[in-house]
Amino acid sequence: MSSRGVSLSARQIISKIIVYLLLGVGSIIILMPLQWMISTSLKPLSHVFRFPPEFWPQKIIWTNYADALTQLPFDLYFRNTVFIVIFCLLGEVIVSSVVAYAFSRLRWRGRNALFIVVLATMMLPRQVTLIPEFIIFKELDMIDTFWPLILPSWFGNPFYIFLLRQYFLTHSRELDQAAVIDGCSRFGVFWRITLPMSKPVLAAVAIFSFQFHWNDFFRPLIFLFSEENYTLALGLRFFQGTYGTEWNSLMAVSLVVMLPLIVVFFFTQKIFIQGVVFTGYK
Amino acid sequence: MSLATFVKKQGAFAKFNIGYQRGETVLAWAMVSPWVAGFLLLTAFPMVASLALSFFRWDILSAPRWVGLANYEKLFLIDPLPMHALKITVLFSLASIPLNIVFGLAIAMLLNTNIRGLAVFRTIYYLPAILSGVAVAILWQWIFSSDFGLLNTALRVVGIEGPAWLGSKVWVLPAFVIMRLWSVGGGMVIYLAGLQAIPTDLYEAAEIDGANWWQRIFRITLPMLSPTIFFQLITGVIFTMQIFTETFIMTDGGPANSSLFYLLYLYRQAFQNFKMGYASALAWVFFLAILLLTLILFATAKFWVYYEAESGEED
Repeated sequence: MSSRGVSLSARQIISKIIVYLLLGVGSIIILMPLQWMISTSLKPLSHVFRFPPEFWPQKIIWTNYADALTQLPFDLYFRNTVFIVIFCLLGEVIVSSVVAYAFSRLRWRGRNALFIVVLATMMLPRQVTLIPEFIIFKELDMIDTFWPLILPSWFGNPFYIFLLRQYFLTHSRELDQAAVIDGCSRFGVFWRITLPMSKPVLAAVAIFSFQFHWNDFFRPLIFLFSEENYTLALGLRFFQGTYGTEWNSLMAVSLVVMLPLIVVFFFTQKIFIQGVVFTGYK
Repeated sequence: MSLATFVKKQGAFAKFNIGYQRGETVLAWAMVSPWVAGFLLLTAFPMVASLALSFFRWDILSAPRWVGLANYEKLFLIDPLPMHALKITVLFSLASIPLNIVFGLAIAMLLNTNIRGLAVFRTIYYLPAILSGVAVAILWQWIFSSDFGLLNTALRVVGIEGPAWLGSKVWVLPAFVIMRLWSVGGGMVIYLAGLQAIPTDLYEAAEIDGANWWQRIFRITLPMLSPTIFFQLITGVIFTMQIFTETFIMTDGGPANSSLFYLLYLYRQAFQNFKMGYASALAWVFFLAILLLTLILFATAKFWVYYEAESGEED
């Protein structure tokens, strides 16, 4: 009996070691591209093309960053991107939560049928509507402005409406009823009860929105032409076209473009992961 | 469970079913009106318009000209590139989606074994999933560089001379699949949450009945996770088929069109050649292809997606 217990725990120890080993190797593989990025960004160009390549830079050139970032007006691209991201984010959080409230906390005819339409648009590849959308914005004389990037966010985003609705549905209805009996208006319930109770999911929507619009390349590519309107994604693409093989500069700029996302992720990862889980699992 | 019953069930308030109140209905419509307006202006109308446009030849500058089915004839019969692009896009998806699911599940299962440092591992594995777009594409272009890139350098350490990746007709698609595997953590956190929600008494009962590790995986874990896997599969198809930025930045469709994904071709026709009618036909065919794939997946669901017996109301 005792020998069996010992052998079992030995087996458990071995399997634990294997689990840690696999996870550790996996982590190294996941982190290596980022290490490679940092390492390349700090090398002098002559070392970038040294064979065999160095995993760690033998000579560190910190000025690579300043040099690369001043070759194009990245400060302007940064301001443009921040402007677009902020107004998209505000629109998506505000409008999607208003719409989601009606879909979850109010009772009205046609609600479920309409919500199925919301779900269906979630599945729609945006490219089907892109060409007429381009023509609409062209007719409105809005091509090469930020409007085509920001305006659609103020009509609510089906994905966030879905996410917020699912969350609002988990609140108890008794609370709403009590507030209404105490003389609170329906909209007051939304403003004073539902929204304050939903801070984690609102934060998740804000972070998703930030992440999406920060990374977005396709829509800026189609709607923006002038260099003074470029976002960071477009600027990075322009930089790549001009300095195609200066990998140290390219890595430096790319890393700087990624950095705000990484920083936000580290500070908000709990909300972030909960949000992802909520969308994918519920 | 159909979508309609799912929605109805979630929204059921049997206890409060005292008829609709007029004020509430007015407020509700006011609150959903931005979405309704957006749906009509930016979804419904453009969909109809792009279907209509697909029967015209139009370069934006001159007046559109009716050409009947000519755009579709060109798409399916004359121009070889759309079907080639669709083929490689589907091939890429068929490789990328299952691999991401398998690796995502495997990592989630490893993390779900009561280990220390779960939060640290989860952060590391999830980190690449938040990064995407141009910066990531440029990074991977450098990683795949045949002489000085990270991947071939790492392969040389174990004695393998790697291919030219992005410069190779054969290896360019596998390169894209490898790149997408980097963000495997996105699905992983969802599977992990699913695994943590499986009641442990199921495993205890199975152990008492003498089930081995494989039996527990295939009889308990996977069936319990199947709705989550199914959801990831559907969203994976829609997301993966739309690959664009990476090919635009890294290969521009090359070499010799071997990474010409469908959206890149659509983009070129619409916004470089200004063939708006032809591009609209391309867009509709793409939409129908994705719809077809999704419907096929839905049809298979009843054979492998396991929904728990639903008892009672959720809320």
